[in-house]
Amino acid sequence: MLMKGNEAIAHAAIRCGCDGYFGYPITPQSEVMETLMELEPWNTTGMVVLQAESEVASINMVYGAAGCGKKAMTSSSSPGVSLMQEGISYMAGAELPGVIVNVMRGGPGLGTIQPSQADYFQAVKGGGHGDYKMPTLAPASVQEMADLTVLAFDLAFKYRTPTMLLADGIIGQMMEKVVLPPYQSRLTEDEIRVKCPWATLGKPHGKKPNHITSLELLSEDMENLNKRLQTRYRILEKEEVRFEEIACEDADYVFVAFGISARVCQKAVEIARNEGIKAGLLRPITLYPFPVEKIKELSNRVKGFISVELSAGQMVEDVRLAVNGKVPVEFYGRMGGVVPSPNEAFNALKDKLIQ
Amino acid sequence: MKVTDIVNPANLVYKKNSVLNDLPMHYCPGCSHGVVHKLLGDIIEELDIQEQTIGVAPVGCAVFAYKYLDIDWQQAAHGRAPALATAIKRLLPDRYVFTYQGDGDLAAIGSAETLHACNRGENIVIIYINNGIYGMTGGQMAPTTLLGMKSTTSPKGRMYERDGNPLDMPKLLAGLDGVCYVTRQAVHTVGAVKKCRRAIKKAFEYSALNRGTSIVEVVSTCNSGWKLTPDGANKWMVENMFSQYPLGDIKDTIQAEKK
Repeated sequence: MLMKGNEAIAHAAIRCGCDGYFGYPITPQSEVMETLMELEPWNTTGMVVLQAESEVASINMVYGAAGCGKKAMTSSSSPGVSLMQEGISYMAGAELPGVIVNVMRGGPGLGTIQPSQADYFQAVKGGGHGDYKMPTLAPASVQEMADLTVLAFDLAFKYRTPTMLLADGIIGQMMEKVVLPPYQSRLTEDEIRVKCPWATLGKPHGKKPNHITSLELLSEDMENLNKRLQTRYRILEKEEVRFEEIACEDADYVFVAFGISARVCQKAVEIARNEGIKAGLLRPITLYPFPVEKIKELSNRVKGFISVELSAGQMVEDVRLAVNGKVPVEFYGRMGGVVPSPNEAFNALKDKLIQ
Repeated sequence: MKVTDIVNPANLVYKKNSVLNDLPMHYCPGCSHGVVHKLLGDIIEELDIQEQTIGVAPVGCAVFAYKYLDIDWQQAAHGRAPALATAIKRLLPDRYVFTYQGDGDLAAIGSAETLHACNRGENIVIIYINNGIYGMTGGQMAPTTLLGMKSTTSPKGRMYERDGNPLDMPKLLAGLDGVCYVTRQAVHTVGAVKKCRRAIKKAFEYSALNRGTSIVEVVSTCNSGWKLTPDGANKWMVENMFSQYPLGDIKDTIQAEKK
C-alpha cells in the first residue's frame, strides 16, 4: 500500500492490538488521529480512540490505560511532547509501558511546522525530571513507521517503560510503499492479568490490591526503585541496540545519521563513492540504547565520523563519547526546518574531514 | 468483663468496614480525609463492588489514599486524576472508577482535566475535598481560599484585587450537560456524615447508569493549615466556609426526572 508515515502508524497500531489512542492535534502529525478516526477501530478491534483536551491530558490518559495493563499510545510533535514530559517521567517512575510518537518539528518555542531532529536530547537523555531513560526508535521510512510502532509496544511491555518513536516531519508526511504488519488480537483481561500481574483491573477476591504509583517517601525505597530502573536500562543497552550499516565494511569515513538525515546521507555515500571516497553510513535505529559498541569498533578502523542532523548538533555528542577521541568526529546540521541536500552532506564530509 | 466478651459478635454494635484496612492513617487529628475514606469503604462494601472499583489518588494530603482502602488504585500526577480516570473507565466500562482530589488538585492545576472529563460526561465519580488551602505543602493559598483568609502565601489575607475570588468549581461544573449529579456535603457532625454517605452512595450508583459524571464535594477542615484546634476548625468552617460553599445538592438530573 502507498501511504504517509503518519497513516502507517495508525494502521500499525490497530493491527498490533493497541487498546487505546489518546491525542491532541498538532502539525505535522495530525494524520495519526485523523486516520484512526476514519478507520473507526472501535467497531472492529474495540480499540478506544479519544481526542483529549491537551497533550497533558493525553499522556495522563496513556498513564491511566497503561496502569490497567492496556496497550496505549499517544502522538504529537515537539511543543506537544514538551508538555508531556511530566507524564512520561511519571510513567517511567511508575514502571508503565506506553508508546509516545514524536513527529519532530523545528523549535525552540512554537518554532516551525517544518521537519527537525532537535528533540534528540529531550528523548534520549530523559526530557522530564529524575533519572530515567526511554527506549527511543528512529524510523527512516514509512515502512519503519509501521514496523517500529509494533516494536515500540513490544519493548514498552518487555521493559515496563514508556517508549518513544522519534520521527521527523518528513518521515511523517512523505508517502511510500508499505507492507502493513499482520493483525494481532487485543489481549483479553485474563491474558492481561497473567502478563501484567501489576495491572489495576479491579482487585480479585482474596488477593492484595495493586497500586500504580511513583511515590516513595523513604529515600532508601526510592533509591531501590531507581536501582531497579537502572538495572533494566543496562539490560536494554545490552539486548536492544539496533542499527543499519551501509557500505561501512571498507569505509574510511562514516556518516552517522538517523531518520530523514540518514536518507540524505545514504545518497551522499553514493556521491562520495562515485568521487572515489570510501564513505559509509551508520544509521542508529535505536537512539537509546545508542550503538556505542558498533561505533567503538568502527573507530578502530576508520579515519573519521561526521554526524549529520537536523539540529545544532545533539547526537554528535554521543558519537564523540563512543569514539572517545580515537579519530575526528565532525558535525553538519541545518536547523529550523531546513533539510540539507545530499551534496551539502557530501561537501561537509570533504570540507571537515578530508581537506 | 473479659476482652472476649467485648469482641463477642453478639455484643457488636459498630464495626469498621472490610475495605478500610488497619494501617494507621497519616492524616492530622481532626482532618476530614479519614472520615471520607471510611465512607468510601462503607459504600464499596455495601454495594459489594470491591473487586470492580478502581480509585485514582491525587497529589496532596490524600496522595496515600491508596494505602488505606483495599482496592486497586492508581496515583496520578498533580491535577491529572480525571484524565487517568477517563482512560480507565473507557477501557474498562463495567468497572466503578472514582477520583479523589483536593481543591488545589481539582480547582487549580487540574481545572482543565476536570472540566473536560465532566464535559465529556465521563461515567466516573469525583470526590472533591475542599478545605480552602494547600494542606500538604504547608498551608498556602488555594483558588478556594476565602477572601480575607490567611495562608502562608497570603499572610495578610486573600485579596480580591490581587488573588481573585474563591473558585466554586462544582457550581461551574453543574452547568455542563455531561454532569448528572453535583452535591456539596460536609462531615463535621453525625448528621452531616450520614448525609455525605448517602451522597457518595448515590454518586457510585449513578456512575453505573452511564448518565455522566457525578461530583461529591466535601467541605472540609484543615486544622493544622488553618492553625486551629480540630474543634475550633469545625466551628470556623461552619461560620465561614458554609456561607461561601453552602451545603446541599446543586444538580441531580436523575432525581429531577423521577419527579
